[in-house]
Amino acid sequence: MDPRTTRRGFLGLSLSAAALGTLAACGGGQAPTQTGAGGSSASAPAGGGAAGAATYWFLSGQPGQGIREDSVKRFNAANGGNAITPTEFQNDAYKTKVKAAIGAGQAPTVIWGWGGGGLREYVQNDQVEDLTDWFGQNAPVKNRLFASSFGAATVDGKIYAMPAETVQPIVLFYNKTLFDKVGAQPPQTWTDVMNLVDTFNKNGIAPFSLGGQSRWTNMMWLEFLLDRIAGPSVFQNAFEGKTDAWSDPAVTDMLTKVQDLVKANGFVKGFSSITADSNADLALLYTGRAAMMLHGSWTYGTMKSSGGSFVSGGHLGYMNFPPVEGGKGDPSNTVGNPGQYYAISSKATPEAKETAKKFFSTTVLDDAEVSGWVKNGGVPIVQGADAKFGTGGDADFLKFIYDVSNNAKTFAQSWDQALPASASETLLDNIAKLFQLSVTPDQWIDNMNKVTNK
Amino acid sequence: MTALAAPAAVRAAPRPGGGGGIRGANLTWMALPALALFLLFAIIPLVGVLALSFTSWDGIGVIRPAGLASWRTVLSDPGLPHALWVTFEVMALSWVVQTPMSILLGTFLAGPQRYRAVLSVIYFVPLLLSSAAIAITFKALVDPNFGLGAGLHISVLTQDWLGRPGLAMGVLIFVVSWQFIPFHSLLYQGGVRQIPVTLYEAALIDGAGRVKQFFNITLPQLKYTIVTSSTLMVVGSLTFFDLIFVLTAGGPGDATRVLAVDMYSTGFQAGLMGPASAIAVILVLVGLALALLLRRLGGNGTDSQLEGA
Repeated sequence: MDPRTTRRGFLGLSLSAAALGTLAACGGGQAPTQTGAGGSSASAPAGGGAAGAATYWFLSGQPGQGIREDSVKRFNAANGGNAITPTEFQNDAYKTKVKAAIGAGQAPTVIWGWGGGGLREYVQNDQVEDLTDWFGQNAPVKNRLFASSFGAATVDGKIYAMPAETVQPIVLFYNKTLFDKVGAQPPQTWTDVMNLVDTFNKNGIAPFSLGGQSRWTNMMWLEFLLDRIAGPSVFQNAFEGKTDAWSDPAVTDMLTKVQDLVKANGFVKGFSSITADSNADLALLYTGRAAMMLHGSWTYGTMKSSGGSFVSGGHLGYMNFPPVEGGKGDPSNTVGNPGQYYAISSKATPEAKETAKKFFSTTVLDDAEVSGWVKNGGVPIVQGADAKFGTGGDADFLKFIYDVSNNAKTFAQSWDQALPASASETLLDNIAKLFQLSVTPDQWIDNMNKVTNK
Repeated sequence: MTALAAPAAVRAAPRPGGGGGIRGANLTWMALPALALFLLFAIIPLVGVLALSFTSWDGIGVIRPAGLASWRTVLSDPGLPHALWVTFEVMALSWVVQTPMSILLGTFLAGPQRYRAVLSVIYFVPLLLSSAAIAITFKALVDPNFGLGAGLHISVLTQDWLGRPGLAMGVLIFVVSWQFIPFHSLLYQGGVRQIPVTLYEAALIDGAGRVKQFFNITLPQLKYTIVTSSTLMVVGSLTFFDLIFVLTAGGPGDATRVLAVDMYSTGFQAGLMGPASAIAVILVLVGLALALLLRRLGGNGTDSQLEGA
């Protein structure tokens, strides 16, 4: 991937992250003594080799779960059996669980995460290792990864996590069979989207599948619409804490469009009680009950394994989110996860930290893991990964994801991952209400301004 | 859950134990184990929560004193009166649905017939299941796309059960009742069996029919059982969390966002432990006030139950 194109979007994010970091550092002067004491008591050499055992928490759910397990197994096989003990968690549960564990001083050695705002909170509380020097000493490890993936791993100019796994833009999936059935074409504009909603509803097919109870699923609609209408600057303002950043006509326009879509029955019946963890939203698409779905590229693997011949038979279509007429945003822009992020707990023993670093440099995204991701429709964040695409039946999709990520003028991080937890919770709460039509766009803007104003 | 634990602790104190001739005053030590547990798991955390409510903490970093900031945040948040109202709604509706059904079922099951004993075992089953399992099951059953209605092609059942505020509340009350009516029926079954048979015999001589017997003897005699059951129901409904969290996660929007769910999402999802602790304190206060109120309503327990019967 060409680092220049996607780096631009991150530059802004990391710069403002740096500003936030400095602010917090001023307020938290007393913190280091406490963590320092904890660290030194734990660092007393235990003598035995057992102290080197590291723990690693990550997400369950295929195909990622199996690939992560395999990487741990390979590492353990090469390093005397049980160097790393893995524990698996479901997505939504993991977010709270890992935070509670870190707060209680029970953090795993390797903390799996999404980088961005969550990582920044750990950094501000001195909970994760600064890996800048380590990456400096291990330049080959750093240089083989997409440079754009380091933005969300960087806080205050320092790298606190190892970018890993795959780049995951959000894409618009559609069921080709249903489009053929009603004689429609994939949407090229927002007007097309609204027209398709009517067409599919008339044919008794839900236009869009959505796992609305998970809330971040709804958020993807806002992210794309706002970007297509006004470009990345509006959210950037909110992210930087500018006063009344959400009071932008583009936000009102975006919120109104979302509510119009809800009112036009754009989403499948019962969307607000479907969770993304259950994969019911995917099932609606591949069983032909819903025609389209805006979702992360990671869902491809599940649709392939659970959808019967849906993916292998070529019934799955995919495209970037269509432009909005008169919108200022670049149609090549995308949002999503620029990678996944492995941080090392600062409370771990030095031996465990070494084990984790060895894991990072020898096993994470090694050839076997890269093949594993590619085989499941993921684009690993390794330079030249596209050379491996030719081997599987997913080459087209992989090429598409590679191009979307590569050609994006801005690759924005998901809002809930970019914002700090308290603002993110308010955001998700208000998004759920927006889709429920229980707040108006104006109330939504007021509520959000309150939490992002500095 | 604390509500369920309390009676056990009370019961532990007056148990005659091994000392037949020893006076009551010497037996207070027997309450010590229960008291120690209560102190460790109820009082100390409560004090901790009270202290936390005057601080600012994100769950990860250092706890900093913040005076009344958390309280100001919580009390000025329009989400609080809403959560209080939803909590009250859940409490009132589940009481209104559960109490009559539990009394009727309990009275029915108190009969000596064998088939009723068999039925009472079957009725007891929901109580053996965990709330999370019940919630997941019902969530799957009421799913408009893959649930019972869609599977059997019954259009009446194919509603957006958990996606509309009114319906979601209805489903919630139904599931709560399904889970807890067995427990309260059991209480009433015991209560009805303790009513002296002579009362019914006397009523029969006076020419009272079954319905009159129920309203003039059974119901008044069940007064204390009703108070006990209602206290458990009302205070217990304050702690509904697992069921609601799995079933609706407080949604759609915030239609079923009770205080306990509000507290969880404020504390563990938004990382605002200070305000979350303030909500927890409010939850405790509301619970205590309700328990006290119900005790008052139930009388002080010294007047005879057989008077005027």
